[in-house]
Amino acid sequence: MVKVKVNDIEIDADSKDNCILAARKAGVEIPHYCWHECLSVVASCRMCLVEVGETKPDGTVAMGPKLVPGCQTPIKEGTVIRTDSAKVKTSQQMTLELLLLNHPLDCSICDQAGECYLQDYTYKYGKAQSRLDEPKLQRMDKYHIGDQIALFTDRCVMCTRCVRFTREISGTAELQVVSRGSHEEIDVFPDEPCNNKLAGNVVDLCPVGALCSKDFLYKKRVWWLKHGESVCTGCSTGCSIHVDQNENKVYRVRPRENPEAQGHFMCDDGRFGFKYIHDERRLKYPKVLKGPEKVSAKGAKEGIPDDLSFGDAWPSVMSETRKRIQNAIHNDPSGFVAVFSPFMTVEEAYLLASTIKGFDARTRLVLGPVPVVGQDDLYPKGPKGESPAAGKVKFTIRAEKCPNRLGVEAVLKHFEGSVVRVESMPASAASAWYVVGGYGSGWVTEAVDRAIGTPSLLIVQDMFPSPLSERADIVLASGSFAERDGTYVNHAGLAQAAHAAIRPPEEARADGRILMELAGRTGLFNAMSLRKEIGAKVGELSAIGIGDLGEHGVRLTKFALAAGR
Amino acid sequence: MSQTEFKPVLLGRVGKPDSQSLASYRADGGYEALAKALKMTNTEVIDVVKNSGLRGRGGAGFPTGLKWTFLPKDITGPVYLCVNGDESEPGTFNNRVLIEEDPHQVLEGIVISSFATRTTTAYFYLRYEYGKCYRALKQAIDEMYANNLLGKNILGSGYDLDIYLHRGACAYICGEETGLIESLEGKRAWPRIKPPFPAIEGAFRRPTVVNNVETMACIPHILKHGPEWFQSMGIPKDPNNPRDAGSYGPKLYCISGHVNKPGLVELPMGVTARELIDKHAGGVWKGRTAKAVIPGGLSMGFMTNAELDTPLDFNGPGRVGCLGLGTAAVVVIDDHTSMVDVLYNSCRFYAHESCGQCTPCREGTAWSTKILERIRQGKGKLSDIDLLMEISNSIGVMPGTTICGLADGAAWPIKTAINKYRSEFEEYIKSGRRSESAALAHSH
Repeated sequence: MVKVKVNDIEIDADSKDNCILAARKAGVEIPHYCWHECLSVVASCRMCLVEVGETKPDGTVAMGPKLVPGCQTPIKEGTVIRTDSAKVKTSQQMTLELLLLNHPLDCSICDQAGECYLQDYTYKYGKAQSRLDEPKLQRMDKYHIGDQIALFTDRCVMCTRCVRFTREISGTAELQVVSRGSHEEIDVFPDEPCNNKLAGNVVDLCPVGALCSKDFLYKKRVWWLKHGESVCTGCSTGCSIHVDQNENKVYRVRPRENPEAQGHFMCDDGRFGFKYIHDERRLKYPKVLKGPEKVSAKGAKEGIPDDLSFGDAWPSVMSETRKRIQNAIHNDPSGFVAVFSPFMTVEEAYLLASTIKGFDARTRLVLGPVPVVGQDDLYPKGPKGESPAAGKVKFTIRAEKCPNRLGVEAVLKHFEGSVVRVESMPASAASAWYVVGGYGSGWVTEAVDRAIGTPSLLIVQDMFPSPLSERADIVLASGSFAERDGTYVNHAGLAQAAHAAIRPPEEARADGRILMELAGRTGLFNAMSLRKEIGAKVGELSAIGIGDLGEHGVRLTKFALAAGR
Repeated sequence: MSQTEFKPVLLGRVGKPDSQSLASYRADGGYEALAKALKMTNTEVIDVVKNSGLRGRGGAGFPTGLKWTFLPKDITGPVYLCVNGDESEPGTFNNRVLIEEDPHQVLEGIVISSFATRTTTAYFYLRYEYGKCYRALKQAIDEMYANNLLGKNILGSGYDLDIYLHRGACAYICGEETGLIESLEGKRAWPRIKPPFPAIEGAFRRPTVVNNVETMACIPHILKHGPEWFQSMGIPKDPNNPRDAGSYGPKLYCISGHVNKPGLVELPMGVTARELIDKHAGGVWKGRTAKAVIPGGLSMGFMTNAELDTPLDFNGPGRVGCLGLGTAAVVVIDDHTSMVDVLYNSCRFYAHESCGQCTPCREGTAWSTKILERIRQGKGKLSDIDLLMEISNSIGVMPGTTICGLADGAAWPIKTAINKYRSEFEEYIKSGRRSESAALAHSH
């Protein structure tokens, strides 16, 4: 730790910080474009020029004669940074005027408007008018730059963050600078678009509206978006994400910086893979399909058409569900099996496990399929696409395509003693099943189908119709990741809290709410109070007992010890 | 020694028959300095160069011996010497003559400098357009390998050196030392941020010295005749300025522009611009007078006729508001030439050559060109003059705004032209006249 003074504010900064980071700790913003924490320093945008001086042993301050780039300049004990002098302000104004010289100022049709650093910095540090009297340079937009990304060439400020990202983080090096001087442009080689699995990150890295996501393009003005803090459920890396929604529709998913989980980035599978949550085929109503008391979609009893009914099916469906489970367990306790999905949150798994075991300890709890696709995908790639050496890995897309195997297993171990996989069970292994899905795509494998067979009671809690829901006695329409509150434990034992960003469609309900009712608990589903309860009861999950896991999450004790923390 | 009697040192062999061959170079005492150096220790060689007061001839004038001492001590692994033959400052052609006419002189300097810096691999970075230089150097290097002047165990001394001849790809920015290194590594020639300086981390992330061709050509003579001989020429240190390192030795002055006899002359450092033009270049052409003179390559800015008695040493041009001596390439502009046109041409050059890395240089050079283009089309405004000054101040005159010196080079011609010829710009704009050559101007 070193003492640094930023505009007369004295702070303790890390000696490894540059001026931008040190100033940030003092609450002072040093505007910058090219610098990014995860990328190499190029100091080329010259937006972060500040005055830097040092404190002499006799206490006097000697300011350097030059303006220096805050990104490139290290700090030491006694460094003095000034960002508010006339010299700095003039330089900032001029740099912005220069950056805007050939910028089309097409904010009104630009996707970035509202979260654009050209707008923000010009408002804060620039001046209102340009003195350019000549025509601006006009350049062709490049929609071909990637399958998911488009380049609006004339909006580019040549910070080269995108170029450095593909060279340093993805290692795929598709993007480059072509031409020279004010004619410079970002480009790709002909027919070699930027389609690596991390390509979407360049859109986030772009501080202006040059690189845009084709998926999000012209879909929504960003100031209408509300940002839910959640966790990507695409793989066991568990990237922290923002779920950006408006009026209950998710428009995009962006990485949320989390040094404990994935860092600054996320993969395109996660970024663009959320579309299933708005799929028309989703289960939207609970239904009792078989048995003496059938209840249809909108709560109408047999014989009354759906559209004439304004009733809510859930109270009658849930009381029917509870009744049938109790009956089944009463008749054959060890013939009752609950299947837990690795897409469930810890809270959901705990509620289901404690409820079922509460009915009878002889019931069985098993783990559903854990999807694994290929090998872990490591970045940055080498020149021939090879994986980086150990210790040089900057991003990993994991083969295990679910968010919470570890968390669900911890619950199962606590209640069942061991983790049994449903696929390993014999055909028609039990007489009554409570099966939880929640997978983004088809998950009922042959082995699962065979193990479950056609039992006397089948209750399916899932998002999508499946062979199981077709023959189920009761279907409980549940929620997607964007609709859930709860905790996921990633591959490294990091427990992160996800918060619901939207409501489930129509009459579907988030799993936590369904299970609260199944458990017969009163009150609303509250992840934080449940975490406190789980932390107190499930030893392996004691770390989440603090309730509030913060932005970055907490590491389970076992993993924290292993990591030496 | 009076200047009229000055006997050329670096150009001494230029014009002799077969001056490029090893045999003829040897006949004139070539490689004796190398043999002498190889019998010394490397630090002794550095001391000789240091004591001679030799300052880099590439433009910045940094003391050469001192630069060599910046290499880390007790280093293991390779150290590189890069010879900067990317001569591209407008008006400059001294490296070209040296290489074309007397390649062995330069190469001997390189071997001695490599020995001094404990380099076993030297890179000769040559601008692509210099085809004749390339062929001369290639032949000379082949001859050296054949005669144990390169390769293993040079002249039985146990010292090994390889020289790689690397042709650039035609960009002004490759002459900037870190731009050169990037280009040498096969990358886009974007100058690097410093620190680390090349002496700590240069080519291929190893300690590297970058020296100019003319600097290399001076080395054998310093070794042969000693530092005192070298200091007998030129302008001594200014005793009132502790930061002045003096301007010693012979210097090649390139003279071009509106003179009767353009060419390359070698004189002791410190000749005045007026003497160069009148005595060595046959005076201004067509009986006219000089309106402006560029003292050392375009980047240094302009001197007025009244300032022509300034000595062209490392300090002289600075005293009349220019950036420095630069490459000592004197370009004469006669009184029939419009300074608006001259400045436009200057700005066009820098806008074309700006590498585009830093915002101020990338945008500022192009903007100033556009403004001058508009003025030349008769659409100027008086406020344009102050705007041009502000652009030049913010891109280069005010230090620290960019990574390398290209923007400074672009800014000083604007600054000096407007400071010294402001009334001409004002009249031009007020008259609303259209430049004769504006119609032909290449549009940016």
